[in-house]
Amino acid sequence: MSIQSPPVDWFKAPRGAERVWIGLAFAWCMVMTIAMPYWHFYGKQNATGESYRVTPTEFMARTQQFIENHKVGERDGVAVVEPPPGGDAYLLGQMWRWTPILKLKQGQTYRVHISSFDLQHGFSLQPLNMNFQVLPGYDHVLTLTPTSSGEFSIICNEFCGIGHHMMTGLVLVSE
Amino acid sequence: MATSITAGMPIPARPVGNHPAGRVRTCDTTGLPVCATAEGFVRIHAVVAVVFLLIGGSAAILLGLTRWPAVHLLSAEWYYRTITLHGLNMLIFWILNFEIALLYFVGTTLLNTRLFSKALAWVAFGLMLVGALLVDYIILVGRADVMMTSYVPLMAHPLFYLGVVLHAVGALLGVVNYFGTIYIAKRDHTYEGAVPLVVFGATAAAIIAVVTLLHGAVTLVPTMLWSMNLIDSIDPSWYRITWWGLGHMSQQVNVCAMVSVWYFLGAITTGARPLNQAVCRGAFVLYILFINVASAHHILVDPGVGAAWKIWNTSYAMYLAVLASMIHGFTVPASVEVAMRRKGFDRGLFGWLANAPWRNPAFSGFFLSLVIFGFGGGITGVVLGTQQINIMAHNTLRIPGHFHVTVVGGTTLAFMALTYYVVPLVFRREFAAQALCRLQPWLFGFGITTMAIGMSFAGSYGVPRRHWDVEFTGAQFAAGFDPGAHVMLGMLGVGAVIATLALLLFVLLVVWAVFFGEKNTGHAMRPWHTDRTVAEAVRDEHEHDDAVHKTPGTLVLAGTFLACFAIYYFANWKWLADVWQVR
Repeated sequence: MSIQSPPVDWFKAPRGAERVWIGLAFAWCMVMTIAMPYWHFYGKQNATGESYRVTPTEFMARTQQFIENHKVGERDGVAVVEPPPGGDAYLLGQMWRWTPILKLKQGQTYRVHISSFDLQHGFSLQPLNMNFQVLPGYDHVLTLTPTSSGEFSIICNEFCGIGHHMMTGLVLVSE
Repeated sequence: MATSITAGMPIPARPVGNHPAGRVRTCDTTGLPVCATAEGFVRIHAVVAVVFLLIGGSAAILLGLTRWPAVHLLSAEWYYRTITLHGLNMLIFWILNFEIALLYFVGTTLLNTRLFSKALAWVAFGLMLVGALLVDYIILVGRADVMMTSYVPLMAHPLFYLGVVLHAVGALLGVVNYFGTIYIAKRDHTYEGAVPLVVFGATAAAIIAVVTLLHGAVTLVPTMLWSMNLIDSIDPSWYRITWWGLGHMSQQVNVCAMVSVWYFLGAITTGARPLNQAVCRGAFVLYILFINVASAHHILVDPGVGAAWKIWNTSYAMYLAVLASMIHGFTVPASVEVAMRRKGFDRGLFGWLANAPWRNPAFSGFFLSLVIFGFGGGITGVVLGTQQINIMAHNTLRIPGHFHVTVVGGTTLAFMALTYYVVPLVFRREFAAQALCRLQPWLFGFGITTMAIGMSFAGSYGVPRRHWDVEFTGAQFAAGFDPGAHVMLGMLGVGAVIATLALLLFVLLVVWAVFFGEKNTGHAMRPWHTDRTVAEAVRDEHEHDDAVHKTPGTLVLAGTFLACFAIYYFANWKWLADVWQVR
């Protein structure tokens, strides 16, 4: 009766195996429904979307101020900046680089502000594979606690023009 | 072998249709009334759909060979251009043209009515075609290297947005024509009682399509004005939320249309009938009510929207739309199981499945579509759409790894399966090379699944989507991926080549059949079935049965599915717990 009109008395409650399956499927949906709010309150990895309006020029000025205040060195011509533990850090995405290089300490928490000077970009921290969207006009704040140390790459995973695949940056984490 | 699948099928006395004289024929195979006007439009939309499938498929093989690191075929510029072309031709032009054909066919034939308006159908067709050609032209001349999503402030030539808008408006008019058709069928009493389930499902798809296409207009009209310097700026966050009202919801149209095709093909290939009409229809209603919030799936790690909004919307309001898919995923194979058992294939748990008409490409295509969509697309979709887990998936190859087993391994394969009936019944031409027809769904299903697995695992290593160079040659700071990612990208390439070859084979078989196939006018189509008893059951379509249905095989399959689902789901939470802490 998929292609013919159903009999007049088509409206019936499900029975047998079908009823069992609907019950199981519904129960599973409820498990998944609870999981997200649970993790929001008790899990350690959340994308809360904390963000503020900011113009691209203003964000660039803040980034430059941050570099001036906390610069500890340079690598390949790019400033290496060490924010104070618990403090704010700034990361600017633009075609096609991430500035500056952030130097963090394992186990410390930082408020990392990320925004774009031009197009949309994708903050993708490798090889951890943590990904966040970066939009011009939005100061996206990640309250980040590195739990491992070493050198991590930032790549861009939102298409931003012909140099997109060459847009990289660095995060250095010491123990 | 000699009996046609539906010969002797007792068609109950039908109410009189509303066709003008000479504009209706009785199908030689099914006995169903066919509106000549609608049939004409079904044909041209189907032909145009296949042409766009060919364009998108040609792009696909180039992309697959570029992402395969050992081959790395295209230049960066042409890679990004081709990916834009691929997305629009496949996801919009091929699918929407096929769906409009499907709506016209289902609306008129199954309701025994004429098409509402021929003029409207011409306007819809013209707008869709002109829009699509504009878009393809402007992409190929290099003025719209913006990806299908064209995220602002990335800007394309105004004709790009105009083309998409024209195509969307055309499709909207096609949907309006479908609603008009249902209206006149109701008004003229051309059918009795409730509409058939397939029409109900198609109507659900049409309703979602209206909301979808309106989102497209709301997003892209201002964006076009912006690209013409008439508007200062478009907010990127607003753009993403409303654009995905088009982008994701259109995929829900595809799901809805695909499920309707499953029911349709289940009925005509095995004589399957839904176990319970109320359940099936209720599940379609859940789609209409809850699927429209899914644009959130693309905004889960965005700034600008908060966690509560993300969590509620990404769950489709407590997963009620997922529940709908899980219900269809059970009732479709269960109805096939009941039909096969009634025909005497009652041995063991899976005797019904082993004896199913696998030599019918419409059946194998439909059942593979069901399995690939459920186990591949469904599970990955829910997991990637879990708000926090999305941190490990956003914009990586895990995303295309998911949607190539929903919209390609699921929807496109189901539409291909349907085509094995569309050509003999609507074009009234037989397929040549039946052995190749039988092979095609398997080859396509295998290729696309292989490619999607390669994509998913490469994405788990962090490989981004829409990215030309995993070696990051020329970048300021060296970056790269685990060697395992390269193996997976190779798998992606091999799978893409196999899938595209199967796609080209499909196009070749269809084009050959449509232009050179043996005519079957005046007699029933050559049956795909090799199993004589399968044919007999089609007439059960009209019987009514109150017995309790026995579906142990499907329950085992569904239980296996749920176990896979739960394992993958909790494994992803475990992986998430191992990354840096972030709020």
